[in-house]
Amino acid sequence: MKLLEVEKVSFSYDRERVLEEVSFSLQEREFLAIIGPNGGGKSTLLKLIMGQYEPQEGQIRVLGKSPRQAREEIGYVPQNTHVNLEFPIRVLDVVMMGNPKRHEGQTLLERLFPIRYNEIEKRCAYSTLEKVGMQDYLDRRIGDLSGGQRQRVMIARALCAHPRLLILDEPTSSIDAEGQEQIYRLLKELSREMGVLVVSHDLSVITRYADKILYLNRRAYLHDLQANPIHLDTPEGKHFCEVEMMQMLGAQNCNCELHRDSKESS
Amino acid sequence: MTEIFHYTFMQNALIAGILVSFAAGIVGSLIVVNRLVFLTGGIAHSSYGGIGMALYFGLPIFLGASLFSVGAALLIAVLTFRRRHRSDTYIGLIWAVGMAIGVIFTDLTPGYNTDLMSYLFGSILAVSREDLWFMGFLLLLVLLTVHRWYRPILAMSYDAEYAELRGIPTRRFYTLILVLSALTVVVAIKVVGLILVIALMTIPTHIAERCTRTFYAMMIFSGLLASLFTLVGLMLSYAYDLSSGASIILVAAAGLGLFEAGRTLIAGRS
Repeated sequence: MKLLEVEKVSFSYDRERVLEEVSFSLQEREFLAIIGPNGGGKSTLLKLIMGQYEPQEGQIRVLGKSPRQAREEIGYVPQNTHVNLEFPIRVLDVVMMGNPKRHEGQTLLERLFPIRYNEIEKRCAYSTLEKVGMQDYLDRRIGDLSGGQRQRVMIARALCAHPRLLILDEPTSSIDAEGQEQIYRLLKELSREMGVLVVSHDLSVITRYADKILYLNRRAYLHDLQANPIHLDTPEGKHFCEVEMMQMLGAQNCNCELHRDSKESS
Repeated sequence: MTEIFHYTFMQNALIAGILVSFAAGIVGSLIVVNRLVFLTGGIAHSSYGGIGMALYFGLPIFLGASLFSVGAALLIAVLTFRRRHRSDTYIGLIWAVGMAIGVIFTDLTPGYNTDLMSYLFGSILAVSREDLWFMGFLLLLVLLTVHRWYRPILAMSYDAEYAELRGIPTRRFYTLILVLSALTVVVAIKVVGLILVIALMTIPTHIAERCTRTFYAMMIFSGLLASLFTLVGLMLSYAYDLSSGASIILVAAAGLGLFEAGRTLIAGRS
């Protein structure tokens, strides 16, 4: 069974079509990056996969279930981790937010007054924080962490539910280059245990870490990086190198002269 | 100064001050972190409609005001869920319409016309034994609610979008917080009045947020601070024969000023 299956999904707001017959799938332990221009439908697609919206045409299956039924299988890391920095909350409390099995091992009294965490819960929080290398920050206030550290805590919060699909929305948009590299290395590691789906603009990093790239601009184009590392003069590179894509890649590693030649000759 | 504790009315006033301040500190924390301060202000003012109706129909003031303000809270909750970006319009509307209803019903009430000012700005020296029971009951209700649903409330207050994804019924909890704040406003009528209550709910909270590491500690600390401000304010109002509600609020404001000044000093030194 496929981890995620998106089949001919279309979606419109009012009359404006943002997704048109989008199809792709994700296997377990695969690392997929979604790129594309703003307004190209990335956020809408994420909302559909997480069951916040229903597709108007086509269907989405997560482990064979509808996204709503599969909620517990999906871990989500939101884009903006700069919200509510003044809020008095510890790293431990943030991570425990992700714990779906709230009542496991709780006594009746703990269930009626769930202010403190019991040992089972603490161990769970500790082990997920260990995975992202933040176990020493358990008691820190979330607002006192750096952007990269906070992003790791948010990943730990998502991992707390032991998801089989981890979804991240531009996880490094507000982090320096070094922190960015660390986050992607961590995601690569995590993709040995679960499917990872990340929306990103950091093309140079993605091409080194992801297994597949989905270029989304109303329609979707899938590129398999493992079979075909990005060289835009290969035949597979052609559909990939649309105008926007060229602009995005051009600045970084695209030899556009070469590409134009190959397009003319074909 | 100690003779202030000998009079029954002063004892009642002090007990009422502490009960109400604690509730205001806790519920104030909830509304501040969830950005519902303006909403609560609207509910507070509209509850005057309940006072007017209670006078007209000869009901207990607390009962009339409670029913009316909880109704206003539910109405605002429904309206703002439907069109969130217009919530400030609805708040302003309910704010003014509620007060207008109160004024008209007070006009219609024959005979003795109650002093409007005492409801708007508080008259703590007229606290009865029944009032104390009502205040105690509300504080207990607030404490039980916050303990029972601490985790979902915490999750929602910190990151509502994520809480919703995790299946927490955030709308229900927003409504619950609004109902609690409506009731808190009502019990605070006698202590600081409808208009000044919003300061008692936000000033201690603002200080507490900066001094604590957990939301729970923030609520407790803010309740303690609110009680402290209220006690000092009451003593000043007794000593210099000033309005109790206004004294309490100015003491709180002075406390905030001192706190901010102290923080700036410490930050400048290190």
